[in-house]
Amino acid sequence: MNSAPIIEVHDLRKIYHAGEVEVPALRGVNLTVEKGEFLSIVGPSGSGKSTLFHILGGLTPPTSGSVHLCGRDLLAMNDSERTELRKTTVGFVFQKYNLLPTLTAADNIAIARYIAKRDGEPDPKFHEILEMLGIAHRLRHKPRALSGGEQQRVAIARAIVNHPAILLADEPTGNLDTENSEIVLKLLRDLNERLGQTILMITHNPEAAAYAHRIVRMRDGRIVDH
Amino acid sequence: MLNKLVLENLKHRPVRTLLSVLAIGVEVTMILTLVGVSQGTLHESARRAKGVGADILIRPPGSSILSLSSAPMQDKFLAFFEQDPRVVVASGSVVNSLGGFDTMTGIDLQRFTRMSGGFRYLAGGPFQSPDDILVDEYYARQKKLRPGDTIELMNHKWRVAGVVESGKLGRVFCQLPVLQELTSNTGKLSQIYLKLKDERQAQKMVDELRQKMPGYQIYTMEEFTSMLNVSNVGMLREFIYIVIGIAVVVGFIVVFMAMYTAVLERTREIGILKALGASPGFVLAILVRETFVLAIFGSILGILFSFGTKWLFTVAVPSSLVQEIVPVWWGYSALIAVAGAMLGAVYPGWKAARQDAIEALSYE
Repeated sequence: MNSAPIIEVHDLRKIYHAGEVEVPALRGVNLTVEKGEFLSIVGPSGSGKSTLFHILGGLTPPTSGSVHLCGRDLLAMNDSERTELRKTTVGFVFQKYNLLPTLTAADNIAIARYIAKRDGEPDPKFHEILEMLGIAHRLRHKPRALSGGEQQRVAIARAIVNHPAILLADEPTGNLDTENSEIVLKLLRDLNERLGQTILMITHNPEAAAYAHRIVRMRDGRIVDH
Repeated sequence: MLNKLVLENLKHRPVRTLLSVLAIGVEVTMILTLVGVSQGTLHESARRAKGVGADILIRPPGSSILSLSSAPMQDKFLAFFEQDPRVVVASGSVVNSLGGFDTMTGIDLQRFTRMSGGFRYLAGGPFQSPDDILVDEYYARQKKLRPGDTIELMNHKWRVAGVVESGKLGRVFCQLPVLQELTSNTGKLSQIYLKLKDERQAQKMVDELRQKMPGYQIYTMEEFTSMLNVSNVGMLREFIYIVIGIAVVVGFIVVFMAMYTAVLERTREIGILKALGASPGFVLAILVRETFVLAIFGSILGILFSFGTKWLFTVAVPSSLVQEIVPVWWGYSALIAVAGAMLGAVYPGWKAARQDAIEALSYE
C-alpha cells in the first residue's frame, strides 16, 4: 500500500432538513482508505452508508468535518468542482444498474467518456476488461435485451472506463441471483487485484462483504467497527 | 454522442415525438396558410384589376383598398370623363357582396369590352337577357356551373350565359342596370375605370382629378395594384400577427407539455447522467437539442402541409380564396416555431438542469 491514503475522512457530519426538522445522517465518521484497497461497508438501513457514498462521490456536500479524496478537500468544493470530481475521480455502480435505456451497452459506456471529454475509443486494455467482464459480444444490445448480470457488468465497465481513482459500488449484487452475484463480486475482486482499482462497496450480504480486504460496519451514522 | 442520445430519446417515445412534430407542423401551416391566403387573394385582386385594361381608377369617398363606400358615384360621371380628349373610354361598375369573399359585378358589356378587349368565353356566350350572368372559370368550377344552369344569388334567379376566362375585374358579372336596380342604386356606380390614349398621361390626369374631386379615391392602376398588399389592408397585418401569436402559444404549450413529461419520465436518467459527471448545462443541452429537432421537423412538415392547404383551397374554393406559396415565409415561420418551442422547453429544461442527483437516482 502507498503511504498517502486515497480517502481520508475525519469527523464527517451530514444533516438533512425535513421541513424544520434536522435529520442527522452522519454523526462524525472517521475513515481512511488506502490506494488499491477493496473495502466493504455494511450496516442496517438508515445507518448512513449511502449518505457516506453520496458525499464521497460528490453527489452531495458534507455539512461539516473533513473529506479528502486523492488529497483534494471535498468540503471546499463547489457544485461544478464536485461535478468535475464525478467525471474524473469517482465511478459509480448502483444496485439498479442505472443504464440509460435508450442507448446500447456500448453507447452507455461511450457516453461516460463523452461526458468526461475523453474523445475517441478507449485504450486497447479496456477491450481486455470488456472480455474479462464477459460483455464484449453484448455491446450492441440495449439494456432491455440484457440480463440483470449483464447489465450490472456493463455498469461496471461504464464506471471504470475513465479510470477513476475510486469505484463506489452501492449494493451491486442487490438485484442479482446468487450465480450472477458471484460473477459480479469476483469481477470486482479481479479489477481490484489485477488493476489495483480502489473499491468501496456497500452491501447487506455478509458473503458479499467477505470478498473485500476489509469490512467496515456502520450504525446510526457512525462507524462502529473497522 | 450527445446527438445520438437526443435522437435515441426521440425514437424512444415515437408517439409523443410524432404528436409534437405534428403540432409544430400545424402551427407552421397556420402561419404559412394565413400569409399565403392574404397575399394570394390580394395578388389575385391585383391581377384581375390589371385585367380590366384601364389606366385610372376612381372610387367614391370613404372607400378602402378592398371595400367600397356605401355612397356611390353618379353614372353621369362617365360622360364627364369621356369629354376629356385624353380618355378613350370610361367604364363604370357596381359591386355587390354575395357573402363571404364573393361579389357580383354589374358591367356595361359594350364599354367593358372596349376597355379590356372583352372576355374570352370558355363556354356559352354574352348576356342574352336581363337575368343572365357570366361567371369565370374558377367560380364555375367551385359552384359546378355550366351555361344554361340557373343559380340563386341575392334572392334572384340567374341563368348562366357563359363561362369566361379568369383575370378580368371580378368572378361573377351581370348587366349593370340590373344590378343597379336590384341594389337600389339606379344611375349610380361603385367605381369608374378610365382608359387613356396614352398611358403615360395617367399620373398627370390623376393629379388633376384629385384637385377637382377632393375626397375621391383616384389612382393610376399601377399605384392601385401596388397598394394591394398586406400592409395597406386595414387590420390584416394585425390579424396576421394575432394568428402568429396564437400559433406560437400553441407550439409553446405542446412543447412544454412534451418536454415536461419527458423530464418527469427521465428523472432517473437525469440522475444517472449527473452521477456520470454531467453538468446542468449538459442536461439542458439535451432538452434544447431535442426541442430544436422537433421544431425543425415540425417546420418541414408545416411547409409540406402548406402545399396541402393550397391544394385544398384550389379544389374547394378556387374562386373565393387563393393561397400562394410564399417561400420567404418558410424561414420566418420556422424561426417562429423554433422560438415558440424553445420557450416551451425553458421551464422543463431548467427543472431538469437543477434536478438533485440523489433524488433523481431514487426516483421510481
